[in-house]
Amino acid sequence: MIRIAGAGLAGLATAWELVQRGHEVTVYDAGAPGAGSVSRYAGGMLAPFCEGESAEEDVVRLGRQAAAWWAEVTPVTRRGTLVVASPRDRSELTRFARRTTEHRHVSSAEIADLEPALAGRFSQGLFFAEEAHLDPRRAMRDLAALLQKKGVEIQYNTPAPAEVDLICTGGAAQLPELRPVRGEMAILQAPDVDITRTVRLLHPRVPLYLVPRGEGVYMIGATMIESGSTRPITLRSLSDLLGAAYTLHPAFAEASVVETGVGLRPAFPDNLPRILHHDGSLHLNGLYRHGFLLAPAMAAQAADRLISEISHEDHRELTTA
Amino acid sequence: MLLYGVDITSRLLLGTAQYPSPAVLAEAIRSSGTEIITVSLRREAADGAGQAFWSLLQHSGCRILPNTAGCHSAAEAITTAQMARELFGTTWIKLEVIGHSDTLQPDVFGLVEAARVLVAEGFDVFPYTTDDLVVGEKLLEAGCQVLMPWGAPIGSGQGLRNPDALRAMRAHFPDTPLIVDAGIGRPSDAAQAMELGMDAVLLNTAVAKAGDPAQMAQAMAQAIDAGRLAHAADPMEPRDMAVPSTPVLGLAELA
Repeated sequence: MIRIAGAGLAGLATAWELVQRGHEVTVYDAGAPGAGSVSRYAGGMLAPFCEGESAEEDVVRLGRQAAAWWAEVTPVTRRGTLVVASPRDRSELTRFARRTTEHRHVSSAEIADLEPALAGRFSQGLFFAEEAHLDPRRAMRDLAALLQKKGVEIQYNTPAPAEVDLICTGGAAQLPELRPVRGEMAILQAPDVDITRTVRLLHPRVPLYLVPRGEGVYMIGATMIESGSTRPITLRSLSDLLGAAYTLHPAFAEASVVETGVGLRPAFPDNLPRILHHDGSLHLNGLYRHGFLLAPAMAAQAADRLISEISHEDHRELTTA
Repeated sequence: MLLYGVDITSRLLLGTAQYPSPAVLAEAIRSSGTEIITVSLRREAADGAGQAFWSLLQHSGCRILPNTAGCHSAAEAITTAQMARELFGTTWIKLEVIGHSDTLQPDVFGLVEAARVLVAEGFDVFPYTTDDLVVGEKLLEAGCQVLMPWGAPIGSGQGLRNPDALRAMRAHFPDTPLIVDAGIGRPSDAAQAMELGMDAVLLNTAVAKAGDPAQMAQAMAQAIDAGRLAHAADPMEPRDMAVPSTPVLGLAELA
């Protein structure tokens, strides 16, 4: 029996990898289902190539298989990512194109074909056909249900025992160098807007991504602030996000803001996830803003690591993803 | 270069925003050789919750120059400066009072007003200003001992939009440290600022948003050194006509 502390993204994904390798798993979580996990505030973008704009090459490499992995667990929308910028920020588009791969330039007419709602609004953009997205809350529910069906015990509202095999408690883990990066998001209900894929609006100060959740619901995000504060979204951040959404499409003016949220992304200094030993326990942590994108690859690594350590009990060394 | 009585060797001041990760930032700081890094207080300061990031900055060993980026009034900038003094234990403050949220132009009236208050409270003020001579004079009257004129709008990377104005500033304030702040896009821009006789350059986006920030930080540092050496070496004046650089004496007579 392998014991995991933390029923967030990292913990549940690793449990699934272990089950598929034929192991029995119990997962402990001190809170109610979904309560302690920051993944509920995630965009759910499976966009390794777009992330490559500012992330390390590892993120692109490890994230490539994420869409296929998640498709076995939960509905995944594979319609790609459309990246646009207003005419005066065209240099942002040039820069984005230079820093990323697996995209093609699209004209105003092609943008109109892809997303008729955006017809005539942008003269050029980039299309990342291979990218996808999912609904984070649905995905977490589906993953937990799948695990339970396969016999994994997920003990909510139960603090983990003193000795577990893997700790995936995100920001609650006391790990050296782990820091919180605050993110703020909002959910809009905009029945008048019909956008079917993830859209990124580039802007030098207020970049925005919009992820459709279906039935006129859109998630918009997200700020990146070096802070551990969990206070509600600031007026500045909210007005930046809403202003950017309005720039994307004026019909968002009529949208209802049905939710705002704040989460703290756990991150190491290089913003890459790590599997490491600390105080005699194995940890998977630091998924930063790439939870859904990197959880599959990191969970597979963590599972392999756990299995090899169980077979060689004394083999302990610190490695990085 | 003496800045408020502190002897500084590196002529590059580096901003700490917009890097892909703190690890990349740390690498850029190292390869730039900078001794002064600026840090924005506004948002990170919320509830004093930015501690994790600040301790990373403090470990860089650089002197920290907190700034009031994003403040839109003198009062807001003064409050932010006071918070910065508490948090970082320094009297240094890079004073920004933004007049226009789109162009990020300094509000020079608010700037002078805030500088006066902060100097009276014992701050060492580094004012982010335009290249206007009269504003510069008012800032010195307010007690500033350093001026930080812009090269171009913040984050625009346009280089020096008005080199003549910076040259005039150098001539008008021969003994005041002048640091070009904002607008630098490429190393050649930084070199040009130093060739004009500026004392230092403060930049952020040009390094943070480069494909390889550490390499760009090093390039900027080298350009700044080159520009400074060139200024000291008294460069030649351009001429209208070609002038042969090879001596004509002793040319072979080809019959």
